[in-house]
Amino acid sequence: MVYIAGDNVITSLGFSTAENIRKISENVCGITRSDDKRISRTPVPVALVDSDRLEKEFAKIPSKKQYTRLEKLAILSIRDALLGSGVDPSDKRTGIIFSTTKGNIDLLDPDMASRYEDHRIHLWSAAHEIQQQIGNPNTPIVISNACISGSLAVLVGQRLINNGKFDHVIVAGADIMSEFIISGFQSFQAVSEEPCKPFDKGRSGITIGEGAGTIILTTDPPNGKKNSRITVMGGGTSNDANHISGPSRTGDGLYFAINMALAEAGLQAEKIDYISAHGTGTGYNDEMEAKAIAWASLERKPVNIFKGYIGHTLGAAGIIESVYAFESMIGNLLFPSMGFTNLGVSKDLNIIKTLEQAPLHFCLKLASGFGGCNAAVIYRKE
Amino acid sequence: MEGCYISRSCSIIGTKVLVDGQTDFNTEQVVDFNTFIKSVYKHYKIGFLKFYKMDNLSKLAFLTSEILLMGSGLQQKYSPEDTGIVLINSSSTLETDNRYYLTIKDKSNYFPSPAVFVYTLPNIMVGEIAIRNKIMGENITFVAEKYDPQFLYEYVSLLMNEKIKRCICGWVEFERTGSCYESLIYLVEKDDITNRNIKFDASFLEKNYLDLKA
Repeated sequence: MVYIAGDNVITSLGFSTAENIRKISENVCGITRSDDKRISRTPVPVALVDSDRLEKEFAKIPSKKQYTRLEKLAILSIRDALLGSGVDPSDKRTGIIFSTTKGNIDLLDPDMASRYEDHRIHLWSAAHEIQQQIGNPNTPIVISNACISGSLAVLVGQRLINNGKFDHVIVAGADIMSEFIISGFQSFQAVSEEPCKPFDKGRSGITIGEGAGTIILTTDPPNGKKNSRITVMGGGTSNDANHISGPSRTGDGLYFAINMALAEAGLQAEKIDYISAHGTGTGYNDEMEAKAIAWASLERKPVNIFKGYIGHTLGAAGIIESVYAFESMIGNLLFPSMGFTNLGVSKDLNIIKTLEQAPLHFCLKLASGFGGCNAAVIYRKE
Repeated sequence: MEGCYISRSCSIIGTKVLVDGQTDFNTEQVVDFNTFIKSVYKHYKIGFLKFYKMDNLSKLAFLTSEILLMGSGLQQKYSPEDTGIVLINSSSTLETDNRYYLTIKDKSNYFPSPAVFVYTLPNIMVGEIAIRNKIMGENITFVAEKYDPQFLYEYVSLLMNEKIKRCICGWVEFERTGSCYESLIYLVEKDDITNRNIKFDASFLEKNYLDLKA
């Protein structure tokens, strides 16, 4: 059995899980319009982590080394998640997995790069700095698999624990805002002019966010929050085998991943209480996801998408949104999908519009990304 | 857990293509990657025009997989979700990242292209192989400083045990400056279909890689 022993999220909404959940409960949106020319040539909605606060929080950590923005986010996130988790990062039986799409992408700029070693732009190098700073003895396992990286990292952690390689795994993910990412999604005409509206009729694309998230996995039953314990029951990944930059038109790949997750969890679809969807807010993604959800006989289950609060946090998204889902399960709360008003997909999904209470035991987390990749993870509250 | 077997391996390194450790094609003289990889594409008569749109990392991974799977009847024997893909590399897509960065760095000459941007994710090479062969099973891209045969063995073994029946797995590295490239991909199956008794284990993968680099 793989339990969640601790977690943290750092996003535009705050620096801890509790702070994030409080803001979500108060309907606070972390997306703002930026006219920073270093990010985009034209003003664009983005979800940014407060830089002054990041420096202030990081200054509390005794450290002589110079760290990048990405590394600071990840280090702070892991350190906070470890507090009270009962997991010792210096234990040889504690593994570390780091998920990111672009890592220290800001170091492509020669001025930025000159402040660090040449290899620091490599994803493994950033992960190494993070692992060293938190005092972990193991070589970090780095996953860079587009927008499903975070969900995959949780699954790999669960599998390595089940396989006996580790007793505990620190699963952390982070990605930072950059002109690189914004211009790339703009070139696809996939960036929304307004804060993203996943699954809504008026949706017009992605809002990019930044952030970090950490989930501490363990075989030891932890003392749960509010006497609830969350476990990772199972999951699966698949590929659409259809197109590198567009999702399947039928949802078949994601449907396979959901089926794999249900099979490993030993559950019928009927048992799922709640779905945390990927919901990028693009026409194609949301439609594909809706088809897969309906195909898996989950059409009427409550669904929400957190990207309307914090944007798409890329390689951290699967971790951050899973942590939000844990809080939903623990509090028996269904949070509304920020930005959603009218259903804009072909299946009659039950998208959550207002804060509701419901007994939640089994949650399905979905993710899909470029390269045709899909992931599904099932969490249980006991 | 039952062991798995290596049905075939393919590697592209320097001026050579090796199949099962034996040189299968060699351009002899050292040329730039672009010229070399096109000569490989032509030599093996790979008719797939999308190849020319790929970035260098994907070209390397794609051609290695094409030569690996020649005559393997991948689609006949297994359903799409029975085959998985697991690739590891070191430099992620840094060579293409640099290429993309040049298109946005100069504000007077700003021309970001989606066709370049999409290749700034290392799992795109996995997607290319999946599309070509209609592979829909478990797939993942890891990034590690060095090729790690032990980890590859462990992760592929656990997938083979629980999730898939066949795996295309290995190492595909295209260094940031393009000065170094190497691939080594295996076709791993549960049965020893070639009757060669080549067991999929970490020490074999390690030795295989060292032989390649020797």
